[in-house]
Amino acid sequence: MKHITILLQTILAACFLFFSLNSSFGADSKYPFGLLMVGPSNDHGWSQAHFEAGKEMEKIFPGAEMIYIDKVNPADRPGITIPMLVDDLVSKGAKLIIGNSDDMKDGMREASMMHPEINFIHISGDDVITGKSGVNLSNLMGRMTYGKMMAGFTAAMSSQTGKIAYLGPLINAETRRLTAAAYLGARYAWTKIRKKDPADLKFKISWIGFWFNIPGVTSDPTLVAGSFIDSGYDVIISGIDTTEALVVAGQKRKGGKDVLAIPYDYKNGCSSAPEACLGVPYFNWVPGYTRLIGNSMTGKWKQEFLWLSPDWKSINNPKTSPIGFKTGDGFDEKNRKALTDFQASLADGSLKLFTGPLNFQDGTVFLKDKVSATDEQIWNLPQLLEGMGGASK
Amino acid sequence: MTSSLGIPRFIIITVPALGVVSLLLLSLGISPLTIAITLARGSVLSWLKFNHVLSVWIPLLLCSCGLLFTFRAGLWNIGIEGQVVCGAIGATLVLRLGNTYLPAAMLLSLSFLSAFLAGGVWGALAGFLKNRGGVNEIFGGLGLNFVAQGAILWFILGPWKREGMASMSGTDLFARELWMWVPRGWRTAPAALILTVTVFLFTAFILSATRFGLKIKAVGLNPKASRLFGINPDLTGFTAMIIGGGLAGLAGAVQVSCVYHRLIPSISSGYGYLALLIVMLANYKVTLTPIICLLFACLTAGSIQLPITLQIDSSLSGVIQGTLVLSGLLAHGLQQRRLLRKGS
Repeated sequence: MKHITILLQTILAACFLFFSLNSSFGADSKYPFGLLMVGPSNDHGWSQAHFEAGKEMEKIFPGAEMIYIDKVNPADRPGITIPMLVDDLVSKGAKLIIGNSDDMKDGMREASMMHPEINFIHISGDDVITGKSGVNLSNLMGRMTYGKMMAGFTAAMSSQTGKIAYLGPLINAETRRLTAAAYLGARYAWTKIRKKDPADLKFKISWIGFWFNIPGVTSDPTLVAGSFIDSGYDVIISGIDTTEALVVAGQKRKGGKDVLAIPYDYKNGCSSAPEACLGVPYFNWVPGYTRLIGNSMTGKWKQEFLWLSPDWKSINNPKTSPIGFKTGDGFDEKNRKALTDFQASLADGSLKLFTGPLNFQDGTVFLKDKVSATDEQIWNLPQLLEGMGGASK
Repeated sequence: MTSSLGIPRFIIITVPALGVVSLLLLSLGISPLTIAITLARGSVLSWLKFNHVLSVWIPLLLCSCGLLFTFRAGLWNIGIEGQVVCGAIGATLVLRLGNTYLPAAMLLSLSFLSAFLAGGVWGALAGFLKNRGGVNEIFGGLGLNFVAQGAILWFILGPWKREGMASMSGTDLFARELWMWVPRGWRTAPAALILTVTVFLFTAFILSATRFGLKIKAVGLNPKASRLFGINPDLTGFTAMIIGGGLAGLAGAVQVSCVYHRLIPSISSGYGYLALLIVMLANYKVTLTPIICLLFACLTAGSIQLPITLQIDSSLSGVIQGTLVLSGLLAHGLQQRRLLRKGS
């Protein structure tokens, strides 16, 4: 009996040793990285754009393996916090972790301090500028101000009533910056291309309170979009992560209303209601991820704040351009040349829409005549601009 | 605690419940064994993961202790969610005074006291509505839950909103010194753990070894008969609601000071409603409650493994929890009926 016990113990120990060695050998050739997404991975918006870029990393870098968790927000995952999830991803071998929401800022900062050996990418934050994080955390964002300018331009070129609505998420510097960019694009098209009176352009923002609908907590984006259309707004620009604005516009079109919408975030964002879609400004996270993950994999990681411009030579190039704009079926081809010229002016720098004279919403001066805003002024825009309707803070 | 066959009643209830859950999973094409292993790996197989379980277990047990008082008094305290929320608001109110001359430890202590008072007042309101307004505590509690939810949204978007922001993300983080101390390698504050165990022992002692506990039991069993012994059922029930609300308020304080370090709209994490299921599954027994809390905490903390490891939506753990409770209650009901038949 004693011999059998010893034999069994030996076999057990050998198995344990074999599996341990096997798993450690396997781990060396792999590079697992984690992706925490605030919304569902198939939201046709913000999170799906990240998910697909993560999948692309697995193709670009041999050995890279994405471990992802979606719906990372307190409403969908009560009691689960970012540091908890990071602990878990690290225990699974993740060497780099991406958090894709402004809402994760505090948690990412805390987790990056708990795990100094892991590299972190926080999307849309600015801890690197403010110096609140350690060197193992970088920030990544695309210059979506250009995409929103194109959205605003297209909206104003297409609007019959001159009433453009913006379905806003929550209010912060990022969303103020993007809505202001959309407004400036719309105002340019309305006054410079269509030669209309600026007083006839109505640009209204309603904020729902978060990046997507949380029943009982946020305003319902479907109801807000419907209310816009019922109030005479004929183009809705979406600033939220999901597609309600476009879906509602599609339904209203079927009901005979001549309304259009511009979704956000995801290159195939028009697919929910193509006939009602004017176009979509979208993020392509592949270039940014490639740079940061590549650096991490090759041991060349350094803390960076990346606010990446479009590849102006080809803004819809999936390998090189972090920002893109695709027109939809609702786009009138007679406006094509105007849009192309507009994009070319932005590309060569001859058109800088954040240039004075510009006032803030409360009437105070933002930029004096012929003065262009610095990156810092645009990034930290403290108020909406004069001419925009909606809350600034 | 044992059946006529000598098998513990807990086993008689949980084994069929687990059987039903297994059948449900099999019908969905999912191996129950795989799910069990995944949940176990995600909850108890490392110290860090067990810490995550504890961070769920603590507020769950605090809520459950509160419910033991009210259930024992024959009251369905559905308003416990609102009491957790009010506790969180009460704690935040104190913690936002972080720049005063009071030391951090004192502010933290005061925040827990404030949370207990806020939760207790919310519980008292439900009790008052029942005693004076004739509003059943279920409907009163539900209404008060909505009011509490409205209040927390108002605070977050109104007076306590972040500088230059209007977001449902929550308030600013509290100053670092106002986070409850967590040792290196831990993820749970030992002070919160000690507080919770103390509250549990206090609950067990009050309910089983004091005159007040006996009064509550008498009121719960038969309010009319209790009057014959000089007990005021309204006052006793009212007191139970205050204590229950206060303990739920402490759960809210743990959520803001130990877990999120700020006030967020879904600060209760649904623990109040989950605690209702736990106490029912425990058959209102004090001793079983922490064990079932631990099981449910494992399910909650471990559920995150489902999407990571198996690409299954983690809401499945909610289905498992609900099915466990329903099956457990059904098994318990059938067993009671069988015993009654035997008796007659």
